[in-house]
Amino acid sequence: MSTTVNRVGLPRDAYKGAATTLCAGCGHNSITNHMIKALYELGIEPHRLAKMSGIGCSSKTPAYFVESAHGFNGVHGRMPALTTGAQLANRQLIMLGVSGDGDTASIGLGQFMHMIRRNVDCTYIIEDNGTYGLTKGQFSATADLGSVQKKGAVNTFQPIDPCAVALTLGCSFVARSFSGDGKQVVPLIKAAIAHRGTAILDIISPCVTFNDHDGSTKSYSWVKDHEESIADVSFIPFFEEVHVDYEPGTIRDVELHDGSHIILKKLAEDHDPSDRRAAMQVLEEGRAAGHLVTGLLYLDTSMEDFATTEHIPQRPLMELGESELRLSRDDFAQFMSEFA
Amino acid sequence: MTQQIINDLTIQAATVNGSGSQTANLVLTRAIFHMGIPVAPKNVFPSNIEGLPTWYQLRVTPEGHMARSDKVDILIAFNPATWHQDLKTVRAGGVVIHEEVFSTADVRDDVVYYPVPFSKLAKSKIQSDTLRKQLANMLYVGVVAGLLGIPWEALDHAVKRQFLSKPKAVQVNLDAIKVGYDYWQDNFSKKDAYSLEPMTGVVEGKVLVEGNQAAALGALMGGVTVAAWYPITPSSSLCENLIAYAERFRTDPKTGEKLISVVQAEDELAAVGMAIGAGWAGARSMTSTSGPGISLMAEFAGLAYYAEVPVVIFDIQRIGPSTGLPTRTSQADVAFAFTLSHGDTRHIVLLPGTVEECYEFARDAFDYADRFQTPVFVLSDLDLGMNLWMTPEFKYPDKPFDRGKVLSKQDLERLAGEWGRYRDVDGDGVTYRTLPGTDHPAAGFFTRGSGHDEQARYTESAEAYARNMDRLTHKLETARGELPAPVLDEGARSAVGLIAFGSTHAAVVEAREALAAAGSPVDYLRLRALPLSDEVSAFVSRHERVYVVEQNRDGQVYDIVRLALSGELVGRVHSIRHYNGQPIPAAAISEPLQQAEAVPA
Repeated sequence: MSTTVNRVGLPRDAYKGAATTLCAGCGHNSITNHMIKALYELGIEPHRLAKMSGIGCSSKTPAYFVESAHGFNGVHGRMPALTTGAQLANRQLIMLGVSGDGDTASIGLGQFMHMIRRNVDCTYIIEDNGTYGLTKGQFSATADLGSVQKKGAVNTFQPIDPCAVALTLGCSFVARSFSGDGKQVVPLIKAAIAHRGTAILDIISPCVTFNDHDGSTKSYSWVKDHEESIADVSFIPFFEEVHVDYEPGTIRDVELHDGSHIILKKLAEDHDPSDRRAAMQVLEEGRAAGHLVTGLLYLDTSMEDFATTEHIPQRPLMELGESELRLSRDDFAQFMSEFA
Repeated sequence: MTQQIINDLTIQAATVNGSGSQTANLVLTRAIFHMGIPVAPKNVFPSNIEGLPTWYQLRVTPEGHMARSDKVDILIAFNPATWHQDLKTVRAGGVVIHEEVFSTADVRDDVVYYPVPFSKLAKSKIQSDTLRKQLANMLYVGVVAGLLGIPWEALDHAVKRQFLSKPKAVQVNLDAIKVGYDYWQDNFSKKDAYSLEPMTGVVEGKVLVEGNQAAALGALMGGVTVAAWYPITPSSSLCENLIAYAERFRTDPKTGEKLISVVQAEDELAAVGMAIGAGWAGARSMTSTSGPGISLMAEFAGLAYYAEVPVVIFDIQRIGPSTGLPTRTSQADVAFAFTLSHGDTRHIVLLPGTVEECYEFARDAFDYADRFQTPVFVLSDLDLGMNLWMTPEFKYPDKPFDRGKVLSKQDLERLAGEWGRYRDVDGDGVTYRTLPGTDHPAAGFFTRGSGHDEQARYTESAEAYARNMDRLTHKLETARGELPAPVLDEGARSAVGLIAFGSTHAAVVEAREALAAAGSPVDYLRLRALPLSDEVSAFVSRHERVYVVEQNRDGQVYDIVRLALSGELVGRVHSIRHYNGQPIPAAAISEPLQQAEAVPA
C-alpha cells in the first residue's frame, strides 16, 4: 500500500499527535488540524520543531500534533521566556509557540510584549476565545466590552487586542484569522513559520462550552457574520515555483527569508501589509464597524531577529564544548595575574 | 607615645556616595597590599546614586584576617553629615583625620586629631575643575600614606593598577595624592602609635578578587552559553562581569560573533524562564539575582525541578524581607532557596565560603545541573560577592564538562528507540534525556509541569505521581553524596564544635584563633552544600555542644541541621545568629560562645 509523502518523505500521519482531550467542536482542535496540514505541507522535519506553550486549553494542544517533536508545556504566561532561551541555545530549531488569550493578554502580557520587542524568531499562535475555559468560563482580557458570559454576566472592561499591541510594539509579522477558516489559517501558519522573527497569529477560536452563545463576540455565528477578510492569502513555499494567475494590480507578492512567497489577493480594502499605520487603521475601522478583520495585517521582512542581534553563530550554542568555551591555559593565567 | 602598632589596624573612610571616594579607597587598598600586607576591605554603601553617606572599611592584619572588625583605628572623616556619629566609632587612642572645618569642640579627647583643610587644598592645588570633586578624595590617600608610612613606590603602583584601562588618569591622581602627602610632611608630626611596614610571607601569590568576579569567571569556565538576568543589587556585577569577560574571551574580534548570549530580561520571571528554556534545549544556562528575584523565580524553580531541566541560579543574598536593606549582606535565603516553589520541592544548594569557591562552585554548578538534571542554586552574598577578598590564584579546571545522561542519535539507534524520559534505568534516580534537534524519530518527548509517567505522557495516576516523586527524592539522595563535602577541622579535639557556611567562614577562622588563644579551642565543620551531608550528623555525634553560626534572624541552617539529626543529638545543637546587615565580625561568634560555655550545663 503506498502512502503519499511530503518532500521530506513523511506521511501526513507523522504530523499527528496524541488524541485531543479538549471538548468536541472546540476551535482549538480545528487549529491543531490546520497546524498538522501546514507542517506536513511545508515538510518540516519533526526533530527540528520545538513546540512551546504556557498553561490553559490552548497550551495543551502541542501534545496533539507532531508527537515525535520535542514539546515544552511550561508555566502560565511564560512561554515567551522559555522560547527565547531555547532559541538562543539552538537557533536551528523551528520554534512554534501556542498560547491562549489568558496566557497572552493577562498573565503573560509582559513576556508577550518583550518577546516582540526582541523579535525572537518564532511563530506565536494565540488561540483566542475570550474566556478561561479550564477554570470554567471567566472572562479573559480579550473579551469585548459588553459581551455576555454564559451565565449572563456582562464584561465591563475594554478588551486588549493582541494584534494592536503587537503592531504598536513594531512586531515584524501580525495576522489574525478564524479557526473555522482553514483556507486562510493554513497559509498564515506557513508564512509565520517561514518568517524570521516573531510572527503573531491571533486566531479567534470559539469555546463551544463557555463562549459560543448569543451575546458572545467570539462565537461561531458571531464571527461568521462579522468576519471581514482584508485579502486572500496564498503561501508558496520556497521549494515550489511561483505561479500567479491573478489580475495584475490585485495581488501583492512578498518574499520571505527562506525564499518562500506570500501572495495576497486584495479584496475590499487595498491593504498594504508593509504599512503599519494602515494596519492600525484597518483594525480601528473594523472595531468601529463591529467587524472582525482577518488576514495578514503587517509584515516587515527587514528586521533582524534576536539571535542575529545577539551575534551568536548559526551553529547551536548547545553543541559547543570545552575547547570553544573555556579560556585557554595562557589566557587564564594572564587573566588571573591581572587581579594582583 | 604608647607602644607601636604595626600592620594591625582598621581604617574607616566616611565619605559621600557618588563622590568618587571608592577609587581613592581602592588605591589605598592596593598600595597597602603591594607592601605585602594582607588587606580585607568592606564597602558599606547606601541604596543611592549620589549624596548619602557611605563607609569603606579597610582592615589590615599581619595574619590576614578577612572578617569585618567593628573597631575603627583610623577614621577618615570626609562627610559632615555623619561626622559626630563617625567619631563615636573610633577606639580610644585611635586616629581621626578630618576636614579642618569640622569642629572638634566638645568632642572626644581620647583620640588623636589631624585636621586637614581638604576643601581649601582641593581648590588651590587641583587644577582641573571637572575632576576636582573626584580627585579631592585622593588627598586623603596622600595624608594616610604620610601618616602610616606607605612608600611612594606602592602608591605609584596602586594608581597605575587602578587606572589600567585609563592611563591618562594616572598622573593627575598621583599629583593629588602628592598634595596630601606633602601636606602631612609639612604640617604634622606623628602623635599616634600606628604604622605600616612592608612584610613578606603572606600575600605572595595572592590576588584581590570580588566574589561576583570569581563567579563570572567560574561560569565562563563552566561553559555557560546563555545567561539571562535582571538588574538587582548585589547581584548585577556578576552578569556585568560576565558580559565584560565574554567580550574579551568569547567574542571573535574580526566578526563580532559571540559564543554566549547574556540577555537583560524584563524581570526575574523572564530571566529564569529564559535560562530554563535554554537548559531544556541543551545549553549551559544561568541566571543571577538576589532575594526579591528569588521570590519571583519560585514558580519556575518548581517547573525545572519537576520537569527535570538543568539550570544554574545564583543568589547573591542581601538583607530582607521585602526590599529590606538592599545594600547590606545576609544569609537569610538559604531555607527558602532549598525548597523554592510550591509542592514538595527540594533543590541542590551550593554554599561557597571563599571567593575561590565562588569560582569553583560557579564552574561546577553546571556539571551538577547537567548530571542531576535539576536547578542548582549557588548562594553567595553581598559581602562575598561585592567586596575584594585576598585569595590564592584560581586553578585551571582539570576535568572536562560532565553533560550528564544525554542520549544521542547513535544511542537511540542502538536502543532501537526504546527509552523513557523518566525511566530510572540505572537505579540512581537520574534518568536519560534527549535534546531538541536530535535527529531520531524516537527522540522527541513532551516536557511538562503537569503529572507525567515514565514515558513523559500526561497522567493523573496516583501511583505514577507517587512513583515519580519518590524517584526525585532518590535522585537528590544520589546528589547528596556527590556535592562538595563539608570541610572538617577537628584539630582542637574539643568537646565544642562550630558549624558555619558561606561568608561567615572568615569570622569563624578568626574567632577560633581568639578562642584557642583564650584556652578554649573549638572544632569546625564548614558546610558547603545542601542537602546536608551525613558528615554533619557524625560531627555532632563527636561533640557535646555544637553551635551553628549564621547571618540570619531565624537560625535557618540551625533548623535544617536539627531536622537531620536523630533525637538524642538534637539537644546538642545551639544557635549563634547575626543579622544587622553588616558582615559578621569574629567577636559576634567568640563572645556569645564564651557566654554560653560559661553557664554551667
